Amino acid sequence: MFYKTLIGLGLATLATSALAEGRDTISVVGSSTVYPFSTVVAERFGKATEFATPKIESTGTGGGMKLFCAGVGIDTPDMSNASRRIKASELEMCKANGVKEVVEVLVGFDGIVFSNAVGSPNIEISLQEIFLALAKEVPNPNGSESLIENPYKTWNEINPSLPSYKISVYGPPPTSGTRDAFAELGLEGGCKTYDWIKALKKSDKNRYKSICHSVREDGAYIESGENDNLIVQKLTTNPDAFGIFGFSFLDQNSDTLQGSKVNGAFPTFEGIADGSYPISRPLYFYVKKAHVGKVPGIIEFLTEFMSEDAIGQEGYTTDKGLIPLAPERLDALRTSVLNLESVQL
Amino acid sequence: MTKQDPQTMPRSAVTEKIELGLAKRHRRENIFRAFGLTAVIFGFILVFFLLFDITSKALPAFHQHWVKVDVNYSEKSLRYAAGDNLADLSYRNTLRKSIYETFPEVKARRDKRQLNGLFSSNAEFAIKEHLIANPDHLGTTQPVWVRVDDDVDVYLKEVEKLGEPLVRIDQKEAQWIKTLVDNGAIEKRFNIEFFTSSDSREPELAGVRGALTGTFLTMIVTLVLSFPLGVAAAVYLEEFAPKNRWTDMIEVNINNLAAVPSIIFGLLGLAVIINLFGMPRSAPLVGGIVLTLMTLPTIIIASRASIKAVPPSIREAAMGLGASRVQTTFSHVLPMAMPGILTGTIIGMAQALGETAPLLMIGMVAFIVDVPSSFTDASTVMPVQIFLWADSPERGFLAKTSAAILVLLGFLFLMNASAAYLRRRFESK
Repeated sequence: MFYKTLIGLGLATLATSALAEGRDTISVVGSSTVYPFSTVVAERFGKATEFATPKIESTGTGGGMKLFCAGVGIDTPDMSNASRRIKASELEMCKANGVKEVVEVLVGFDGIVFSNAVGSPNIEISLQEIFLALAKEVPNPNGSESLIENPYKTWNEINPSLPSYKISVYGPPPTSGTRDAFAELGLEGGCKTYDWIKALKKSDKNRYKSICHSVREDGAYIESGENDNLIVQKLTTNPDAFGIFGFSFLDQNSDTLQGSKVNGAFPTFEGIADGSYPISRPLYFYVKKAHVGKVPGIIEFLTEFMSEDAIGQEGYTTDKGLIPLAPERLDALRTSVLNLESVQL
Repeated sequence: MTKQDPQTMPRSAVTEKIELGLAKRHRRENIFRAFGLTAVIFGFILVFFLLFDITSKALPAFHQHWVKVDVNYSEKSLRYAAGDNLADLSYRNTLRKSIYETFPEVKARRDKRQLNGLFSSNAEFAIKEHLIANPDHLGTTQPVWVRVDDDVDVYLKEVEKLGEPLVRIDQKEAQWIKTLVDNGAIEKRFNIEFFTSSDSREPELAGVRGALTGTFLTMIVTLVLSFPLGVAAAVYLEEFAPKNRWTDMIEVNINNLAAVPSIIFGLLGLAVIINLFGMPRSAPLVGGIVLTLMTLPTIIIASRASIKAVPPSIREAAMGLGASRVQTTFSHVLPMAMPGILTGTIIGMAQALGETAPLLMIGMVAFIVDVPSSFTDASTVMPVQIFLWADSPERGFLAKTSAAILVLLGFLFLMNASAAYLRRRFESK
């Protein structure tokens, strides 16, 4: 028994002494939304070059930024994925910790869909109607500028052309990046169609945010965990329900699910790419310039990521559901990224 | 009961009272038994249902469709010039040309792209390996078997009538697949690669080897650290430590520690082991240390209980014969307590085996393709792999997720079996 302890201690010392060595694998952290695209590039990169396959952690955007901005050195990550743009506060934190120069890469776009099972009516809905169906408090229907507890129980109470069944929507929990983006683009998009609420944005920003981003808690909105596949399965067994999830899941399950037309546009590849579909967000990743040359393969990885094969119009990431940038925008981006131009907010 | 004949016995008031209540007591006993039996049956049904569900979902993952491509290794399409390194040739171009030769009627650019999509993205690397292994095939046409794309694989496993569109396969693609099947160019094989390859974003290439190795390494670290530490702590507290306020406090704290949510240990691992001691992120060593913290209380509590259960007469007898306390403990008490200690250890290890939450903080929830070869290499573990696959949009990962759960259950079973074997050996002594 004692020699086992000895072995254990020996092992720990051995490991600590091995740490002094450098790192030959690119380390990426960050958003779980960018993860599926980042990993597919990493895998190709690992196969096609002599470099090791980059290690990609799915930590969420905020968590990734924290790790990324912790400092410079081989024990910090080289890149961070983000499903939104870096915040000024995060960039300041980076600078304070010695991460002076950060290169921004816009990868493409991701759509968030409002969907139900094939066989149920394919509806056309506006952002305002989505807001009315899901917000905690809604403007009083009598037209006065006041809020009431969300009274709507069925869809046709909001708009007679919508189906008559109960409002029941499966969606992501508040910890999810998809939920953040949905609140920002979907709910807030519908919320600010009311002029008096929109005016609040200037006068009382916190109140504006709490009105626009609060989701009802009376059971009509069902939080379904981070796992979008779960929502997909629930929709197929429950034809009266709707779900909110990323476009790639709709793309992969087009035989059982249909996307609703939002503000007159279907969630299609083209609609998201040209911006006519309203709920879509840009996906980014950020590179630590100080690590270029220190960790092998960063420039080569960026070259692979920026290539036409990867994120071009028909690149392999589009097979995974990424909506690519317009060609001329990609060309400009490629030049600036490969020249390692630092981000300016 | 005595042997007297109850018929001839005088019936006392007490007996009569007992007989009156007897039916009720029998009924109570029967009801209780029925409850117990129902509980056991219910449990069995649930376990059976779970296993059945997982197994039936997992089965498709153990087979994979392969497609034969007649690869024309012409020097022209490979862009080969004498003296070139075989690893640097234009294999993608060669593969595409060979595919188009099989379907000469496909002309439009969009159609060609769809056609290429039927083959795994790994195919160009597969034909490259083939040529490197057989350099004399340069300039000839060779049949090479490559994996089909995951969409095609799912289609072939789910479709009822070939040639019909389904899921992500449209009419045109379905017709091509039908042609390939009719020509005998598609084969279903046992998916041995599921066990020999690592994670991939393509379901047809993904396997559990990396995660399984990571689990193995992590569990070794956990066992090597937590077992001796846990047993030593338990022996000291039970056999040597004085009973006072301090040891009481330690006992209470150990019990509390067993109930701490595991993510807290992950935060501790991040703050202390990675940030303070500078150990690498994502390493099985760090994972093992964090899981040790989680497993220790379980092992200590179980070990203390089983040491306490050793009859004092054993200790007294050993001491009476002149053994020291250390001799008594190590030669008599510990061997007798060992079966209980092993049970506690296996429960703790099984908990650790299924953890993902603490590992998130220390970077083991990650996409890692290379199989870890040491305790400091980046790696994931099985539950993380299951979580990552369950979260992937591709259909092909549905079956892989269930298959990975089966592998994890198998791993757990092996661990339990080895513990049971060890227990048996200690018990028979």
